This record gives sequence, structure tokens and C-alpha cells, in this order.
Amino acid sequence: MPGPAPDERMRPKGRRNTQGIRVDPEAEVTHEPRQAVLSALVKHRPGVLSEVSALFSRRQFNIESLTVGPTVDDDTARMTILIEEPEPGIDQAKKQLRKLVPVVSVRELEGEAVRRELALVKVSGEKPDDVNAVADMYDGQAVDASTDSVTVEITGSKQKIDAAIEAFKQFDVQEIVRTGAAALERGPKTLEKDV
Amino acid sequence: MSERASVPKEAEETESETEQEPVTTGAQSVIRALENAGTDYVFGVQGGAIMPVYDALYDSDINHVTMAHEQGASHAADAYGIVTGDPGVCFATSGPGATNLVTGIADANMDSDPVIALTGQVPTEFVGNDAFQETDTVGITQPITKESYFAADSDTVGDDVSEAFALADAGRQGPTLVDLPKDVTQGETEVEPGRPETPETYEVPEEADDEDVQEAVEALAEADRPVILSGGGVIKANASSALREFAKEYEIPVITTMPGIGSFPEDHELSLEWAGMHGTGYANMAISNTDCMLAIGTRFDDRLTGGVDSFAPDAEVIHVDIDPAEISKNVYADYPLIGDARNVLRQLFDAMPRAPDADEWRDQCQTWKDEYPMDYDTPDDEPLKPQYVVEQFSEMTPDDTIVCTGVGQHQMWASQFWEYTEPRTWVSSHGLGTMGYGVPAAIGAKLAAPDQEVVCFDGDGSFLMTVQGLSVAVREQLDITYVVLNNEAVGMVRQWQDGFYEGRRMASEYPWIPQFDKLAEAFGARGFTLESYDNVEETIQEARDYDGPSVIDAHIDPGENVFPMVPSGGDNGLFALNEDQLDMI
Ligand SMILES: Cc1ncc(C[n+]2csc(CCOP(=O)(O)OP(=O)(O)O)c2C)c(N)n1
Repeated sequence: MPGPAPDERMRPKGRRNTQGIRVDPEAEVTHEPRQAVLSALVKHRPGVLSEVSALFSRRQFNIESLTVGPTVDDDTARMTILIEEPEPGIDQAKKQLRKLVPVVSVRELEGEAVRRELALVKVSGEKPDDVNAVADMYDGQAVDASTDSVTVEITGSKQKIDAAIEAFKQFDVQEIVRTGAAALERGPKTLEKDV
Repeated sequence: MSERASVPKEAEETESETEQEPVTTGAQSVIRALENAGTDYVFGVQGGAIMPVYDALYDSDINHVTMAHEQGASHAADAYGIVTGDPGVCFATSGPGATNLVTGIADANMDSDPVIALTGQVPTEFVGNDAFQETDTVGITQPITKESYFAADSDTVGDDVSEAFALADAGRQGPTLVDLPKDVTQGETEVEPGRPETPETYEVPEEADDEDVQEAVEALAEADRPVILSGGGVIKANASSALREFAKEYEIPVITTMPGIGSFPEDHELSLEWAGMHGTGYANMAISNTDCMLAIGTRFDDRLTGGVDSFAPDAEVIHVDIDPAEISKNVYADYPLIGDARNVLRQLFDAMPRAPDADEWRDQCQTWKDEYPMDYDTPDDEPLKPQYVVEQFSEMTPDDTIVCTGVGQHQMWASQFWEYTEPRTWVSSHGLGTMGYGVPAAIGAKLAAPDQEVVCFDGDGSFLMTVQGLSVAVREQLDITYVVLNNEAVGMVRQWQDGFYEGRRMASEYPWIPQFDKLAEAFGARGFTLESYDNVEETIQEARDYDGPSVIDAHIDPGENVFPMVPSGGDNGLFALNEDQLDMI
């Protein structure tokens, strides 16, 4: 085939970054990931959770936690999904979620949304008083005790729970279970269709 | 959205209702739902779990085409959907039947082709017990469909099918699946399926926001180097004529994507044909150097863009798409316009203040056309060149001839050297790149358009993957011409091995392939062989004249490769014109 070789051709000046965004040809540009809380109303029916989680794994979104539970409407469940992604990824996650047929609505909650997580921590029962004292520091409480173990319940932000678990390590932590975050917008706003 | 009447007209509905017997089983309700939606053809294979549905089909006017393999059923349905715009329907039994459909469903999903797959399933009480021929079909197919339904109840199974039908066709088209447990289809019900309607949570945007349109047209009118990039979505939205009007009125050069082939006539002076890995040099030069791109119905696949960092780096992008999730997924859209392509093109047409001042740019595009013509070497003594076969065939056939392909070099030559002028005449596997697509796709295409000529360019490797489909073409007496561009290799792989793996041709040469002309005869089709330039036209003519499926085994130059080429992840403007240039870029 004829025609000028690659190095003799008319060349554009511009440049995009790897996310396809036009950028200053001279500058180095990357998008830093941030945390986003997505809240979704979904049809309460079998397979929805797998559909949503499969979407996240297939598209390689970096998911921190995903919780799901019933709402005031029996036919609807609500999912809270924490993801950590650069801005375009967060945008894609929202749009892809919205595309799923059982998804009624999706919104990213604002930074100051009420966010809570629950953890149950089972520690050695040798020093119950000390365990209680640490639990108090984190507004936790013992919900089960035997001669060998104490189980403490803590609710709060992820940071608070991380810190509590760190503190409980002195008592030989035997088991932990965490729920991942549940979140609601502050103020009167609710998540309904078309918000 | 296609122009198919997914909801039957009132009059027709009442008329047919009076004629039809009331349903008595879930299976009858399934078939009724398909009838209500206007289904003419179903492609499938029988089996235990789907048998009740077939039994109900016995009393229906819907035509069933028994395929030789379920993969063929899903590809035939896919091609049927591409050619007609209406969903193609395929049936398979549970387990292996359903898994055999999967490739075709994934293919339809990548190319946004409307397909409905109905699969048998073991009776509900056995589901989850690893019963004979059980697989989790919904689980397997969920990531590759718009939605996969598990029909749980004989009373609602008809509605599930109606909804699946409407959903496959609505908005951005795509495949849907309904898994049908045997007890549900066998179960008694008197419930007639409702009208095909999309689920309430599925919203289809119709028109773009007027203010957004206004901003976009201002940018486009200001451009010095404008292009239109027309994708497969333009064809699916039946927007080809709106595109033609728009481009001609405002004199903007048009590039298509590969799935967009046929959306704009390649013989028009504004056409730069298609861009991407093996697109024309002029399309890729224009893509690279444009300052404003109106991209319609394209998802900016990496075979089109090359590396996104070098894709149209000077361009402001106006992106029209019916699927909001496509906006800024791969290439950032400065002006997103969400809506049906045909409507939005109308809006753009009306809002455009003036044509861009682009005489110089059009001249530049013409210069590139002159500099980088699509050609190849044809010294008489050389073995037959595949491009020549494609070119000759193209010249001999009417404009509305439908071309189907397998996947590989032959697919690229068929797209490069055939001149496409009409939408829905190019039927190929793009996003998934499925070898074996051609044989069954041609069957679906021919049944979808019995009055149009259908030719399938296949590779020897691709052809062998679904060659059993010839038996179907013979049984149905389908007038299809299969041309195997036979290079005794999986040529596209060999090309990459030569270019990027130091010529280490591991598992890419197939010197043991059968004689395809004889194979054709064994199936009951006509077989031809082509070995030189002498009888190309004559053989093509004979094969075309034969009233039934014919296979031309064209022994082509095994050394021939596909150029131009943008290496994977490369820069579109730096396409290589030959092997040597691959080292330069
Ligand atoms: C089902 C499947 N398997 C493997 C591939 C990888 N692949 C892509 S092109 C190609 C070569 C195709 O060979 P052939 O059909 O003979 O066509 P040619 O390239 O020789 O024209 C292969 C193996 C594929 N695309 N699809």
C-alpha cells in the first residue's frame, strides 16, 4: 500500500489520559480514587444481590462493603454499597447499577450521610471487667458471656469499629463479624424513584 | 428502538384473540406470548426439559428451524435480529442445550443485538439438586443479558416471555433469556400473557435535552475539522437516512465504526468508510486529526479507538447514545446527548445554526483518500488474492446483498473490499469476535430477508467450527453462497505471530483441513473450487445461480495479510501499511 509512512504524517497536538479525558499535553494527570457511598433501591426478589455483586466484580469496581436489607415497602430492598474509585469509576458504577432491571433507583449519598456499621467481637473471657471497660470506651456492650468468652457488640463508623477491634486485640480476639456500612441521607430527603 | 411493532395494533389483537384457542398450559402461554409479539421464526434444538414448549409450538403458525447445534441457534437468531430489527428467538433445552447457546448470547450482548433465548430447565423441585441436565442458566447468563428471568409459575410465565421480548427490543437492544422449568411449562393455567411491555424500572430516553443539543451544535458549527462517527446504534435506531440527510446538508465527512458499516453509503464523497484496527488509512487519519467529533451510537470499543490516550486527541466529543452508561465510559464526552439516535439527529438537524466552515478539511480528507487507497498487489502469476474475490463479488451483486462473515482476516477483507451502501446488509461478530458465526448467521439472515441475496465470507478455521449448519441450509433450501477464503491457517493469528511473536506459528497452520467443495456436496449443497484468477467471476456466477446453498472453496494466497493495521492499543494515526511499518510504530 502506498502513502506517507507513519513518521511523515500530519499529527495532532492534543492528548488524553488513560480514562479518555482530554488533558494538557504537558501535564501528568491522574484521578485519585475516593470513597463513595451508593444507596440503591432494588426489587426484593431472588437473585438481585448476585446480580449487583456480579456487576461489581465483572466491571472490576473496587468494592469496600455491600449491605442489603428490607425497607418500609415489602417489595423493595435497599442496598448500601461503599466503593473506592476514581471519579469516572464512581460515575460508571452508578450508571451501570441504574441499568440493571431490578434496580429502582440509585443515588450517591453526600459526605455527611449517617453511616453505621455493626461488629460483633468475641474475645477471651478471662478478664470480663477489662473487656467491659474497653467496650464502654466505644459505646459497645457485652451481649453474650460464658466462662471462656465474651461477645461485644459495637456500632458506629468504620473508623470507630477499626479502633475498637484494635483495642480488643489485647484480649485475644477469637472471632469477628462485621456488617459493612448502612447509610441514610441526613435531613428529610429520602431515596425515591427519580431523585 | 426499532420500528418493529412490539405491541400489536389493537385491531390485530382483537382479531387474533377471537381466532385463538384459550391457553391451557404454561407452555401454551409461552408460545402465545411469542405470537402476540409477532414472532415468525424460532431457531432451536429439542430436548427433555424444553419438550413441553415444543409440544405447544406444534399447534402454532410460528416457523421452527431445527439447527444442528444450539450455538447456531443463537447466532441465527442474532443475525435475524440484525437484519429485521426485531428480536430473533432461539430455543434450547436445559443443561448442555442452554450452555451451547451461551456464546451466541454473549455475542448478541456485545453487539447490542435483540435476541430472546428460551431455555428448558429441570422441574422446580429438582432445581439446585444437580439433577440430570441441570445448570444454573440464569446464573451463567445474567452477566451477558439485559435480564435473565427464571419463570417460577405457570400463571406468570407468559408475562415473563412478553416482558423479555419487549425488553430485548427496548432502548439499547440486547439479549434476554427466560429459563423455563418443565413443571412450569407443563403446569395448567388459563392465564393469557399480557401485552409485551418493558419492566417499570426500565426507562428509555427518547429525546436529548434541547439546551444540550444547542450547545453541541454550536461546537460543531464552530469546528474546523469536523467528523461524524457513526456506530451500530445508528442502524439499530433506523437512523441511517436521518444521518445521511444531516451529513449531506452540513457537508461533514462521515466515518463509520465496523458495526456501523452500511449506516452511510461508502460510495458517497463524504464517506471515509470505517476506522479502527483495520479501518481505512483515511478514516484513521481523520479520526486522529479531527477537532470535533459527533459520535453517534458507538461505545468506543478498543478496536476502534486504539489507545484512548491517542484517540482523537484534539477533538471535542459530542456523544449521542441511548444508553447513559456509554457516556464517558471509554472516551470522555464534552457534550453528552442521551436519546434515540434518530430523534437526536432530527434535533441536531433543526438546531444546527450553519454548516461548519470546513472546505480545507474536506480537501485534506480527499488527499488522504488519494494517498491511502485500499488496494493490494495482483500480479497475474501470484496465487489468488482474497481481496480480489471479495471485490469481484461486490461488483456483481445488488446493493442490498447481505454479507455475513466468520471472524479473522477474511472478515476484515469482507469489510474492506465490499462496498456497502445500505444498512442491515453487514452481519458480523464484532465485540465478541466469534469464529463460527458465519454459517448459522447466514441462515438467520436469509430467513429474515428471503428476497435479498446472502453471501457469507468465511475462513477455513471459522467455517469448520459451525460447518454442521450446512445441513440446515440444505434442508431449508436456503439460497446462500458461502465463500471460504481458504488459507490453510487461522490466518489472523498467524499474522499476529509473524508480526509480534517472531514468526513462531504455534498452532495456527491448518494444512489438514478437508476439501470444502466435497464437504459441501456431502451435505447436499453445491461445491466449487477456486484456485486462480481465471475463473473467479464465472464461479461466483455459477454459485449465485444455483438455487440453494453453495460453497466456494477459494484457495487464496496463504501469505496475504490484512493492512492497514493499528496495533492493539496503538495510535490510530500511526497505522502500518505493511509488515515493515509495524516495526516503526
Ligand atoms: C471461537 C473463537 N476461538 C478463537 C478465536 C481467536 N481467533 C481470532 S481470529 C482467528 C483466526 C481465524 O481463522 P479463520 O477462520 O481461518 O480465518 P482467517 O483469519 O484465516 O481468514 C482466531 C483463531 C476467536 N476469535 N473465536
